[in-house]
Amino acid sequence: MENIVLEFPAGQPAQGRALVGVVASGDLEVLLEANTAHRTVVKITTSVDGKGRLWEAVLERIFGDGSLPAAKLEINDAGATPGVVQLRIGQVFEQLKSNGGA
Amino acid sequence: MDTQQLLERQSFIELNARSRAKKLLDEGTFTELLDPFERVTSPWLARQNIVTQSDDGAVVAKGTIDGQPAVVLGIDGGFQGGSMGEVSAAKIAGSLELAAEDNRNGIPTRAVILFETGGVRLQEANLGLAGIADIHAAIVDLRRYQPVIGITAGPIGCYGGMSIAAGLCSYLIGTREARLGLNGPAVIEQEAGIAEFDSRDRPMIWSFTGCEQRYRTGLIDVFTADDADAIRAAVIDLLRAGRPEACRSERVAGFLKRLSEIDTSAQATPQQAAAIYGKGFES
Amino acid sequence: MSTRELSKRGAVWLDALTYSAPLQPGFPPSVRVADARIGDDPARFIAVVPDPDNPFPRARNGEVGLIEGWELARAVREAIDADAKRDTKRAIVAVIDVASQAYGRREEAYGIHQALAAAADAYASARLAGHPVIGLIVGRAMSGAFLAHGYQANRLIALADPQVMVHAMGKESAARVTLRTVADLEAFTAHVPPMAYDIDNFASLGLLWKLLSPANADAPAAADQSMVETALKAALDDIRADSSRGLESRLGSPHRAASATVRRKLREAWR
Repeated sequence: MENIVLEFPAGQPAQGRALVGVVASGDLEVLLEANTAHRTVVKITTSVDGKGRLWEAVLERIFGDGSLPAAKLEINDAGATPGVVQLRIGQVFEQLKSNGGA
Repeated sequence: MDTQQLLERQSFIELNARSRAKKLLDEGTFTELLDPFERVTSPWLARQNIVTQSDDGAVVAKGTIDGQPAVVLGIDGGFQGGSMGEVSAAKIAGSLELAAEDNRNGIPTRAVILFETGGVRLQEANLGLAGIADIHAAIVDLRRYQPVIGITAGPIGCYGGMSIAAGLCSYLIGTREARLGLNGPAVIEQEAGIAEFDSRDRPMIWSFTGCEQRYRTGLIDVFTADDADAIRAAVIDLLRAGRPEACRSERVAGFLKRLSEIDTSAQATPQQAAAIYGKGFES
Repeated sequence: MSTRELSKRGAVWLDALTYSAPLQPGFPPSVRVADARIGDDPARFIAVVPDPDNPFPRARNGEVGLIEGWELARAVREAIDADAKRDTKRAIVAVIDVASQAYGRREEAYGIHQALAAAADAYASARLAGHPVIGLIVGRAMSGAFLAHGYQANRLIALADPQVMVHAMGKESAARVTLRTVADLEAFTAHVPPMAYDIDNFASLGLLWKLLSPANADAPAAADQSMVETALKAALDDIRADSSRGLESRLGSPHRAASATVRRKLREAWR
C-alpha cells in the first residue's frame, strides 16, 4: 500500500463537495472538497505500489492546464486502470456541478 | 409487464447503497449520518495494507418513509464484499439502538436494512463478530416497537452472521438475483465435501438459497422483481401493516413441527423443502 | 484441538455446575437443559453437546444445526414463559463449547440461518425481559454457533486455557482462505488483536466481563468449580445492579474505541 500526494494549478475554489466510486478491486473512491484558490491537492492511497510516475502522468493530463476548480481530492484506490481513474475523476467533477454548490 | 414498463423500470441492483437508501426514503428527506467526509474508517485495515473506504462500506440514511421517521442502513456490497468490520457494524447497530431509544421517547422511528453482505470481515474477525451480535441485539429491541424490514437484492446477497440478522427481521424482501443463507458454498464444500455441496453448481445453489426458493419456503415475505419502485412500495405496504403477530424467529413450535416431518435419511431437495415448509409455521 | 475434535467441555461443566441435576426431559441429546441454582437463585443451564446419532448427518460432532437452533430457542423461551408473571426472573447460563455451525445441504435447504436466529432471539428476548443471561465460555465459541448460543448474554465469562477460543472462522479455513499456512496465520494474527486466536487477545477487546484461570478446564477440581460458581454469582449480582439490559458494558476497551466513537457521533447528529 502506498500514499502519494500531488499538487496542481487550478481555478477558483470548488463550490461544494462530491463523492463517487467504491473501493472494490479495479475501482477507486474519490472524495472532493473545496481548496483555496488556484491550487488542487490530490492525496492518493493505493493498494498497488510503485506506480507513482503513472499517477503523475494520468493526473497531469487531467489537472495540468489549471482550468478545473481548486479542490482537495482524496483517492482510495484498489488497482484501477488509468482509464477508470480518469472516468471517476470526471464523474466527481460532474457531480460537483450537478450538486450546484448546495 | 409490457415493453414500455420494462424500459421504464429502474433497477434497484444497479444502484449503490447510498442511492438505494435515497430511493427508499421519501423524496427530499435523505440525510446521511457519519457520511464519507467525516472519514470514520476502519482502524484495522491500514496495518494489513488494505485500502479503507471512507464510509467503511455502510451508509446511515435518515429521513421519512411514507411520512414517518425512518433510518435506512445500507451495506455497500462493493467494499470488502459488504463484510462487517468494527465501524460498519457499529454504524448499523448504533443506528438501530438510537431508533429504539426514539420509540421509548415517543418517536416512531422505523428501520430498513439493506443486506448485501458476506458476514464478518475476516480482517477484523472478532470485532466484526461482536458488532454483528450488537446488531442482533438491536434488531430484537427495536422490533418490539416498529417493524424492522430487511431487503436483499443482490449481487452479493446475505450470508454469515448477517443472515442471522435477516432471520431476526420482522419482514424480509428479496429478489431473484439474491441469495440468503448461512454458509458460503465454498466453505460448505470444504467442510462437507463436493458431493454434499458443489460450490460451482450455481443452479443447485440458487435452487436452495435463492430468494425465489426462500419465498416458496416461507423464509422471506416478499419476492419482487428488481424494480426500485416496487421495492419501495413493498416497504411502505409492510410498514403500514405494522408489526407481525409473531416474527419468524419466534415461531419455535411451528418450525420444530416442520423439522420433525423431514426424512433426514434422504438428501434435501428444493421440492421437498417447499412441500414441508409450504405448510407454514403456525403452531 | 482441531475443529474436528469433539466438544466435551459443555457436558462436563454443565454437569459440574448443576451438581448433576437431572436433565430436562423432552429435549434432544444435543441440547442439554438443567434447572439448578447460582447460589440461592434459580438458574437454567443450557449446553450444546455432540450427538453422534443426530438425525441430521452433518450435525453429529457438536455443531449447532437446525434442531439445536430451534431447541435452544425452546429451552430459553420455556424459562421466559414460566417466569412471565414473576418479579424476579431466573438466570439463564449458556455453557459454551461450540466449535461451529453445521455445514450441509439439508442445513441450507431448511434455513439454518433462521434456526440460529431463533436461538439468538430467545436469548436476547430473555435478557430484555429481565432474565440475567450469562455466557460461560469453557471451550470454543465460534462464529454462527456463538452468535446463537451465548453472544446475547448480559455478561460473558471465559476460562483462560489454550483450548478456549472465540473467532469467526477456524484456523484451518482461515489459513486456506487467506492463502497462508496455519503457522503463518497464527504469527500474523497475533499482532492484530481482533484477528488473534488466543483468549487473552480476545479479552483485550473488552467483550469479556471476567477471565478465569482454572487448574484443569477439562476436568474441573473442586477449587476450579468453586471459582466459576463465585464468578457466576458475581455476574448475576452485577447484572441485577445494572439498570441497562443492553450490551453497552462491552464498549469499555481502547480496542473498541471506534465502536464508541461511532455511537457518540451518531447520537450527536441524530435529530
